[in-house]
Amino acid sequence: MAAAWPICLGYFPVGLALGVLANQAGLPWWAVALMSILVFAGSAQFICVVLLASGATIWSIVTTTLVVNLRHALMSSALAIYLQKTNRWFLTFFAYGITDESFALNMARFCSGDWDRWRALVVNQLANAVWIFSTVLGTLVGQFIPKGAFGIDYALPGMFICLLVFQLQSRFFILTGILAAFISILWYLLIPGDSYIIGASISAATLSFLIKRYVRRKQ
Amino acid sequence: MDEKLVFLTICGMGAVTYLPRLLPMLLLSGRRLSPWIARWLSFVPATVLAALLAPGLLCRDGEFTLQLDNVFLLAAIPTFLVAWRFKSFFGTVATGMGLVALGRFFFN
Repeated sequence: MAAAWPICLGYFPVGLALGVLANQAGLPWWAVALMSILVFAGSAQFICVVLLASGATIWSIVTTTLVVNLRHALMSSALAIYLQKTNRWFLTFFAYGITDESFALNMARFCSGDWDRWRALVVNQLANAVWIFSTVLGTLVGQFIPKGAFGIDYALPGMFICLLVFQLQSRFFILTGILAAFISILWYLLIPGDSYIIGASISAATLSFLIKRYVRRKQ
Repeated sequence: MDEKLVFLTICGMGAVTYLPRLLPMLLLSGRRLSPWIARWLSFVPATVLAALLAPGLLCRDGEFTLQLDNVFLLAAIPTFLVAWRFKSFFGTVATGMGLVALGRFFFN
């Protein structure tokens, strides 16, 4: 249980900030609570709040959520290696709590061997409880906090920066990141709306894949 | 805001978030992803994050901007360094928020 504290500590201010933003965007507390329970994915929830406030359609929000959270499929596949011979009910429940942070923690522990599925589940659920509590608390105290105070509107870019840096495991990934940044800015400037997230991430990943394959074949 | 629409949006988001978390785990009983899909997928987290981040830092009101009073961009540089050096989720987010608050205090 002690292992989960960095995640809980990390989630609390981010969750609070999300609640405040949601409150300022006009979302009621029950919607934030429902979203934290049903979705439980930080970046997608932030994007949803921003998109809802800007009047985006339900389809663009759901599609963006799908693309943003598709990375969990990769994490789910990687975790599956350590959850062989586990019954389906456990997996059905466990899968709900896969986030970037819980995945990073659980995967590292599973790899080092001193971990079991029940501890991993506790990490997931503790993180979830803190997330629900802090986001709802944010909507309730949000009205007392002026817009942009304490740099709360930077919680999301800050989190993206952090998670992006964690993703840059080799020099090639830096190239991938720059490619995606470049394409997303071009896409954002040329095509109105929020399709740049989907468009840039898929095309930059495909380009990176092709470049990597080309380099490998040439060697 | 239309409450029914908000409710439906959240339900839709929940479904498309939960399925990618669950299905690979259920389907991959002992099997692995084909190597080329796995390799392609390994780029996705980085590209999604960079795509989410870049326009927010470098564009304002639909236009590219590199102005020196762009607090978000200025704060991003030390925030990147903190994330790189200390690998701390909390520390990075707190640094970014603190710098933006500080930047606004000086620029406004």
